[in-house]
Amino acid sequence: MKIHIKNGRLIDPKNGVDAKRDVFVAAGKIVAIGEAPAGFSANRVIDATGRVVCPGLVDLAVRLREPGFEYLATLETEMKAAIAGGVTSLACPPDTDPPLDEPGLVEMLKFSAKNLNQAHVYPIGALTTALKGTNLTEMAELRDAGCVAFSQAEAPLADTQVLMHALQYAATFDFPVWLRAQDPALAKHGVAHDGEVSTRLGLPAIPVTAETVALSTILIIARETGARVHIARLSSAEGVAMVRDSRARGLPVTCDIGIHHAHLSEMDIGYFDPNCNLTPPLRSQRDRDALRAGLADGTIDALCSDHTPVDEDAKQLPFSEAEPGATGVELLLPLALKWATESSLGLSVAIDRITAKPAAILGIDAGHLAVGATADVCVFDPEAYWRVEPAALFSLGKNTPFSGFEMRGRVTHTLVSGNLVYEKK
Amino acid sequence: MWLDPANPQLNKNGELHHLLSLEGLPADILRQILDTAESFVGVTQREVKKVPLLRGKAVFNLFFEASTRTRTTFEIAAKRLSADVINLAINVSSQSKGETVLDTVANLSAMQADMFIVRHAASGAPYLIAKHVAPDIHVVNAGDGRHAHPTQGLLDMYTIRHYKGDFTKLRVAIVGDILHSRVARSQIHALTTLGCPEIRVIGPKTLLPAHVERLGVQVHADMQQGLKDVDVVMMLRLQNERMKGALLPSAQEFFKYYGLTEDKLALAKPDAIVLHPGPMNRGVEIDSSVADGKQSVILPQVTFGIAIRMAVMSILAGN
Repeated sequence: MKIHIKNGRLIDPKNGVDAKRDVFVAAGKIVAIGEAPAGFSANRVIDATGRVVCPGLVDLAVRLREPGFEYLATLETEMKAAIAGGVTSLACPPDTDPPLDEPGLVEMLKFSAKNLNQAHVYPIGALTTALKGTNLTEMAELRDAGCVAFSQAEAPLADTQVLMHALQYAATFDFPVWLRAQDPALAKHGVAHDGEVSTRLGLPAIPVTAETVALSTILIIARETGARVHIARLSSAEGVAMVRDSRARGLPVTCDIGIHHAHLSEMDIGYFDPNCNLTPPLRSQRDRDALRAGLADGTIDALCSDHTPVDEDAKQLPFSEAEPGATGVELLLPLALKWATESSLGLSVAIDRITAKPAAILGIDAGHLAVGATADVCVFDPEAYWRVEPAALFSLGKNTPFSGFEMRGRVTHTLVSGNLVYEKK
Repeated sequence: MWLDPANPQLNKNGELHHLLSLEGLPADILRQILDTAESFVGVTQREVKKVPLLRGKAVFNLFFEASTRTRTTFEIAAKRLSADVINLAINVSSQSKGETVLDTVANLSAMQADMFIVRHAASGAPYLIAKHVAPDIHVVNAGDGRHAHPTQGLLDMYTIRHYKGDFTKLRVAIVGDILHSRVARSQIHALTTLGCPEIRVIGPKTLLPAHVERLGVQVHADMQQGLKDVDVVMMLRLQNERMKGALLPSAQEFFKYYGLTEDKLALAKPDAIVLHPGPMNRGVEIDSSVADGKQSVILPQVTFGIAIRMAVMSILAGN
């Protein structure tokens, strides 16, 4: 398949490109940019006039709900949702059922994903067996099976000694460890940020200290062990300041935030909207502003969807009993663009935070469009306005606090390894 | 049914369609409820205590959490309005079989319910129910988690108005476990709406929620200081499971520092009144001599509670 994407505005932040350039794809690779190679004859020409051509998006957290939760979503629907959102590489957290703690499970997931021939799937292996926080998994075996990093997902790791050992062991092989900073005791029974809204609504609260206490432990142990640590889903202003400070002192820690936390705050809970029951909790407007600023100044490397399809029935419950999480992989691009626009930053910065930066965290060769690179490409119309209608989402998860919001920017074509896997009808 | 998204208990005319919280209710509506209750206090003292305002209506007491007092007063109130009352203690029936709140409500709606009186352990549960019931059904929150207990808040306002009159000249203290208290939250919202200029909350820091001052109250850790010159003392119930543990060391120490005794009450104005939502823990949050003393209005609260619930139900049925 030879594809010619013509007349588009090519934005490739990693290579510093933002110009009108044609892109030529053959045999799964980018074969030329600008002028067609000699003798190139396209099977398919995509007219990208007025559109942006950028690397396929790299999403650091997409729950595919396989194995174990297929009634919530299937690999097929969620992969479809991903490519409809322009996402061509995604990392899936290990909190499946059973968790991704054995090489066989990881191989099976990779195999099923490969057969669908859509986005590239990068499993994150469980850091401890069954995510129970006691025994280490066979990390090296899991790496050989295809895991790119290790994590506890949302499962607590209460025993600090286990954390220390897990990071030492991971550091032995230079495996990255992704951690969510939340002290399980301080967060116990909590469902909302400990602030004005939880006080008003009488919701059991999770204080910012649940994040900062755990974060400080993680940062100290990361420094001590030399492990490559990535902080997933930072939620507070104080947390951002701690990461900024650690980086200034030379600790090579990276971090990400979710799209919901970049745009929403505790105020959006309104009258107990269960779609705003998220992990970590939506915090104050001041926290949100600090996350947005951190994403702008680079303290926060990447923006991810933290895609979590939840069954309708599990959301039609009182706020504190509803299952946390929101669907989001189809909203990653427009919400990244919205953040950049509102922060007076260019398209290139928005794209960087959802392509090159997350690819670097994953340690994969993706998120850029140089000649010779794998042809994972996203074409979108930056001026297309559309309204989020949950029923129209490809994901089986219809749970989103952005229901009814107007979005600007919509994916029109997605290429994975040179194949046109999605085209907006 | 169109309900105001900014306040989903009001209909398009700004009238009360559900009673979910006192927060955001206009002072006019609060006064309307208090005035209506006043007219019912007479009824409750007559020999024939019934009025026909809810004749032919079915009121379902939907209690997902155990309660005797509140359920009984709602039942009496509904019966005095001539409604048919059906009591359901859900925690022991369907919920244990895995039926969801909304399924339970859908089933009961199919039995031609006109009004649901809902108590639930989770904050916000009545909002969920109100959002999903048929447009002609009214929902009354009878206590949800830590969030709200609006009829309790209203009967407290009624009691204060009955004994003290004008809210705009009062200094009110709320004492005890504010953090877990739906009663305190409803009292605070009602008092601020009715123009009470000084509301103090008194308790140890483990029992005060974050940023409670943003609700419009002053925070006092020292009870002696907090009670000084107040007109009204509102005590809260301390749940048994919280008397000893990481929030409080012991009931004895709590009583010593935050229990209402005659000595401490003497710091308030001489004609100050003492309220308690019940059931009381004598010797934990309140001394018996105060509970049974001449400044206590705890028993009249219960009587007014019936009138308040009659008022709420009749107003909802009329809107």
